[in-house]
Amino acid sequence: MLLITCPNCGVAAEETELHAGGEAHITRFGPEASENDFEDYLFRRENPRGVHFERWRHANGCGKWFHAARCTATLEVFGTYSAQTTEPPREILETIRAKRPAWTWRDLK
Amino acid sequence: MRRYSAFAIAREVLRHHQGWERAWAKPEPRKQYDVIIVGAGGHGLATAYYLGKNHGITNVAVLEKGWLGGGNTGRNTTIIRSNYLQDPSAAIYEKARSLYETLSQDLNMNVMFSPRGVMMLAQTEHEVRGYVRTAHANALQGVQTEFIGPERVKELCPIIRIDGPRYPVLGALWQARGGTARHDAVAWGYARACSDMGMHIIQKCEVTGIRTEGGNVTGVETTRGPIGCSKLGLVAAGHSGVLAQMAGFRLPLESVALQALVSEPIKPCMDVVVMANTVHGYMSQSDKGEMVIGGGTDGFNNYTQRGSFHHIEETVRALVETFPMIARLKMLRQWGGIVDVTGDRSPIISPTPVGGLFVNCGWGTGGFKAIPGGGWATAEMIAKGAPGPLAAEFGLNRFREGRFIDESVAAGVAH
Amino acid sequence: MSTRLATGGRLIDRNKPLGFSFNGKRMTGYAGDTLASALLANGQMLVGRSFKYHRPRGIVARGAEEPNALANFGESAAFEPNQRMTTTPLTEGAVIASQNHWPSLEFDIGAINARMARFLPAGFYYKTFNWPRGFWKHIYEPFIRRSAGLGKAPKERDEDRYEHLYAFCDVLVIGGGIAGLVAAKAAGDSGQRVILIEQTGSWGGRAAVDGGQIDGIEVMQWIKETLQELEKNKNITIRPNTMGAGIYDHGYTLAYEQTHDLNAPRHRLWRIRAAKIITATGAIERPLSFANNDLPGVMLASAVRDYLADCGVSAGDRTVIVTNNDDAYRTAVALKEGGLEVPAILDARPDPLGQLVEKARDLGIRVEAGRGVASVTGKGRVQGVDVCLHAGEGAVLETIPCEAVAMSGGWSPVVHLWSHCRGKLIWDEEQAHFRPDPSRPPINHDGQGFVITAGSASGALQTNDVLADAHRAASGAGTPPVSDAISEGPIMPVWVMPQGAGIEKRAKMFLDYQNDVKVSDVQLAAQEGYESVEHAKRYTTLGMATDQGKLSNINGLAVLSDALHQPIPDTGTTTFRPPYTPISMASIAGDARGELFQPLRRTPLHDWHEDNGAHWEPVGQWRRPYAFVRTGESVDQAVAREVTATRTSLGLLDASTLGKIIVKGPDAGKFLDMMYTNMMSNLAVGKCRYGLMCSENGFLIDDGVVARMSEDTWLCHTTTGGADHIHGHMEEWLQTEWWDWKVYTANVTEQWAQIGIVGPNARKVLEKIGGIDVSAETLPFMTWAEGKLGGIPVRAFRISFSGELSYEIAVAANQGRALWDMLHAAGDEHGATSYGTEALHIMRAEKGFIMIGDETDGTVIPQDLGLDWAISKKKDDYLGKRAQARSHMTDRNRWKLVGLETLDGSVLPDGAYAVADGENANGQRKTQGRVTSTYQSPTLGRGIAMGLVSNGPDRMGDVLNFPDTDGKPHEARIVSPVFYDPDGEKQNV
Repeated sequence: MLLITCPNCGVAAEETELHAGGEAHITRFGPEASENDFEDYLFRRENPRGVHFERWRHANGCGKWFHAARCTATLEVFGTYSAQTTEPPREILETIRAKRPAWTWRDLK
Repeated sequence: MRRYSAFAIAREVLRHHQGWERAWAKPEPRKQYDVIIVGAGGHGLATAYYLGKNHGITNVAVLEKGWLGGGNTGRNTTIIRSNYLQDPSAAIYEKARSLYETLSQDLNMNVMFSPRGVMMLAQTEHEVRGYVRTAHANALQGVQTEFIGPERVKELCPIIRIDGPRYPVLGALWQARGGTARHDAVAWGYARACSDMGMHIIQKCEVTGIRTEGGNVTGVETTRGPIGCSKLGLVAAGHSGVLAQMAGFRLPLESVALQALVSEPIKPCMDVVVMANTVHGYMSQSDKGEMVIGGGTDGFNNYTQRGSFHHIEETVRALVETFPMIARLKMLRQWGGIVDVTGDRSPIISPTPVGGLFVNCGWGTGGFKAIPGGGWATAEMIAKGAPGPLAAEFGLNRFREGRFIDESVAAGVAH
Repeated sequence: MSTRLATGGRLIDRNKPLGFSFNGKRMTGYAGDTLASALLANGQMLVGRSFKYHRPRGIVARGAEEPNALANFGESAAFEPNQRMTTTPLTEGAVIASQNHWPSLEFDIGAINARMARFLPAGFYYKTFNWPRGFWKHIYEPFIRRSAGLGKAPKERDEDRYEHLYAFCDVLVIGGGIAGLVAAKAAGDSGQRVILIEQTGSWGGRAAVDGGQIDGIEVMQWIKETLQELEKNKNITIRPNTMGAGIYDHGYTLAYEQTHDLNAPRHRLWRIRAAKIITATGAIERPLSFANNDLPGVMLASAVRDYLADCGVSAGDRTVIVTNNDDAYRTAVALKEGGLEVPAILDARPDPLGQLVEKARDLGIRVEAGRGVASVTGKGRVQGVDVCLHAGEGAVLETIPCEAVAMSGGWSPVVHLWSHCRGKLIWDEEQAHFRPDPSRPPINHDGQGFVITAGSASGALQTNDVLADAHRAASGAGTPPVSDAISEGPIMPVWVMPQGAGIEKRAKMFLDYQNDVKVSDVQLAAQEGYESVEHAKRYTTLGMATDQGKLSNINGLAVLSDALHQPIPDTGTTTFRPPYTPISMASIAGDARGELFQPLRRTPLHDWHEDNGAHWEPVGQWRRPYAFVRTGESVDQAVAREVTATRTSLGLLDASTLGKIIVKGPDAGKFLDMMYTNMMSNLAVGKCRYGLMCSENGFLIDDGVVARMSEDTWLCHTTTGGADHIHGHMEEWLQTEWWDWKVYTANVTEQWAQIGIVGPNARKVLEKIGGIDVSAETLPFMTWAEGKLGGIPVRAFRISFSGELSYEIAVAANQGRALWDMLHAAGDEHGATSYGTEALHIMRAEKGFIMIGDETDGTVIPQDLGLDWAISKKKDDYLGKRAQARSHMTDRNRWKLVGLETLDGSVLPDGAYAVADGENANGQRKTQGRVTSTYQSPTLGRGIAMGLVSNGPDRMGDVLNFPDTDGKPHEARIVSPVFYDPDGEKQNV
């Protein structure tokens, strides 16, 4: 039963209050997109065994979306932050790098 | 390989069973194989087996980072059925189901396939229509199913409450030749048969890298050193995504936890498998007497092989409502597995951007029942270099083309 | 035979005798007894039969680790199988029956399996029964299944109550032994909120039996005083009879309370969120593996002295002690001091030297060093032991007659809870057990360890170590309490006794009593290559019984390690999974049963429907009337009547469940243009427009009428099932993609009741009630207006899903019933008829309107449904637009919407497929379409259907065959999907 703090309302929310929304920081590709970009956008996910940036909605709470940095192997939560960002904030990245020195993100294209 | 039989047991009784051989050998890895399969779960071992049996390819290694059959093969609720709606699904699951019918004889190990019948309960009008449609599809696909009424449901499974106050049972899709099998024995049986063909099953050997040359696969790096191969099959369920990354491409997969539980064993009271999708729970009784129960998946990525209790709670609540007599049974054990789910929740059996590298993954919650069919189709693809008819529709290109194989007919609820 | 002694028994109340029955035989025990102690007190050593061989089984343990003593307990609705006798308190009138035998416990036909044991080694199922094919299903499996299970299946519905409770604390202490008490006190003293739970009804754990002094006072007194202090501290909550069942991620703990109180819910399931969890769960004694160690009368040494001290029950007049450690000497001393005979202590260690050994010798007990048990003798129960050299192969030195054998193979910490979230273990060579590795605890959401062990659960086995460890675990201030416990000598690991035992003996040494797994079985698994501990477990079923291997696991993996010639830590353990001991399914379900199973959503008109013959249909969490059935009418007849009444005069529909979402703001129009396939920004205020919503993957997910309320406000109607989902969908895009757009949404579905007034007389009724102008001129088709109706403020939408003249009137939810009643009264002269969902479905099908969930199934795009007119060509973008350009979506042979008309007027079978010629490469019959909706039309008096057919709209007039599941052909012609009033004259009057 995950415990994740909603950065919008400050509540440490139980998993049952939350709705998981999949990977964060995915760029939307619209009508003009190439086949490959569109397929990437809709289907290809990092799915890492380790640090993952993901979207959550505090569905049975304040109703707001937010982002979380979480390890999929240990379930450690490195931090939560606004959903209105296009990439993880620096302090989150620093927290992760301090705990996981060898960690890299989206080095694969 | 010495064959198993009642006579063999009688012979061994005289010497206190000291003469039984190893079920599978414990070889040192060779430098090079024709084919390496990564993942000694059901699908990986079945792929190796049919490579040998159907295509005569036996210079094969199956690499397993843990113990064989230790992933989802050994963690699922062992349901076997093929009453799928879409043609490609029905074809491969029915192939698998029909192979299960003779698997004990084929492998010379009793996998205890028990075609006791599977029923999927319809508890809303919408579900009734979905299952009636499936019955129509199945009739044309050569899959024997029928839609039955509530009285017949009660007759086949007397412990079901058909007149519950919230979701009365309106009928069911019934597949009489669906059932269960002993999951461990499926992995062990394939492993033993592969070993008997001279294939190498190498446990505790983790793949840490994939070697390619000019866009073609040449081998793998492992915790036991580099091993070369001409063709490579990744058959690693929840860990397929991690392996694909090693080869430089991404798969349209997400890994999530799926949970199951068993009750303490009781005397037989349920002779069929029941799935109730409206309330999210399914249940059967094992040959040992335990009620084997499964539910839904988590919505978030997870590699821990455990999940949250609230899923267990939702499932048990649903089943206590559907089968009131289980209220005073006790939950003995709960566990989780990591399933890999695709964009349309159907599997991937496909060539990849890397030459000679093939994948079999994305079975989600349905992998066990497909083992013989998935192995059959994957072996055919690896041997011939291109998918045969069973695998043809399950290629990676379907996501680009928008050609999905979607089994969830209940996408919307009526006005 | 076991018996009740004249004195003793700290937990029983000899003034409160309780009558009970065992297998129909009347017996008596005392308050404070467990079922197990009461049976032992009545001389009942034999309490059940094992799973596989049906061997006679007696009570082995005192607590949760008991593998054998399981009962069919209680009667009728309160019947419960597999009730563990060692943890169930005796109650007046208790009905106990033993399990897994026929015809009787004493004479069991199944015991033939024991004779056949040599034919039934580990894994024999896998090696046989597979020939000839078909025999497994029809002959072997039914036979094997008949012998499956232990307890009987309950038959009746459980009538007891169960509840869920939630609690929060700084420190949760699990286990009420002295370690738990010390930890709870230390944590409470430091001002933290503490919850202390104990699985039994008594406190102090083993120390309460083993005595001695703590801080200079008698231990029982110390326990009592400590408890009083805990009770006084407001920060501390204590709950007996509450077991720590499981520890889940991020510090979520499940505790299982058995109230034993007829006036309370039977079980409570506690979900406790604690910042820190201290597991003071103690240790479990291990059996020893010697031949016939499963005979009734062979018990754990600690259990023997527990029954004596707690219940005044002796296991037999003469008890032989077999051990490899000092602790078992406490049993010898206790028995001797209790006036019972201890003919010998057989100690496998060559040179036992501890103070306890001396004490036993001083009491005159014969201590035999370097000795072991060659075999226990007796038929159905212990009658003696054959003594041998432990170091040898089992040559019998002498036979000692006795009634009981008390064995001790050392102690293993209870690490289950520590391990549930992957706290790691280390092998402690000195104490020969796995214990938690404090440097690798389970971690919480912050990456910090959140479980800490205390006392024996940490591997501290000496009392002073237990006290100090518990004090440390709770970061106690000052110095820990100190006991006067004497020091113990070292243990000598013994996994097989005697160490050189041959196969004949090893095949009689039981590791798992319930599942009949012997030393020889584990060795056979290793021999056959089942080398992983998980393989060996699964191949032999070791540790898979209802006790989950609490007694057998360590012994089993030691035997496996030995067979593989590898150190025990290399073998590792199997995974510990919740729950610690089994918990009832009913407790997991809690109150959510029957009507409370799921919340039920009710419209403001729900009660009226209920009173007027509603035949209900669940739709999401709502229930909607499928039809209103009158006396003497079938459901189908009711539906036909409702359709006809509506088409010819006046129908009334409760449409309140339709989703209603307000979208407002300067960018609302732009936003809706993205959400819908068609243009909404250019909808004029006061107008309505039908809209389609697709997922980003291109598929049609919802539809409904959108009304523009004002310059910056739109009202979006969704399907019943779609309201919450679509609102969430909108918010997701607004918050995570277009967060700079100024748009506000609100789901007001339940704020409004909505009523459809449908049929040629619809306008007349509204005009009769009076108020808002609903004339064709003022309120034409696809417009809306605000006003009053009969004095009630309303919004009137001139929209139609039936093809008739139709209004949907929305009123504040609390006025819904008033308006409904008013409509019925005013409409009475027109035969106003309430209609349900099925009439709604038929009327929309007659008009060729699609239904989300019927014509769509998550694989259908709007272009498939002939809805191209609702897809804006002017817009650059909308959700799903790019997806709909993919090659498969633009394939001209896609299955597209058509009408289907049977040649003979019959109704096409629902869900049927249109067959095409030949088979595909997988041998499946080719298809070219399917039926999506099919009805008997009361209006047209024949069957009508809609379907999706390959390239269908270009094939008007073609005849297709839709065979039924039995192959019977049904021929239908492709026609327009609009069967009724194709020019829309009726709705537009």
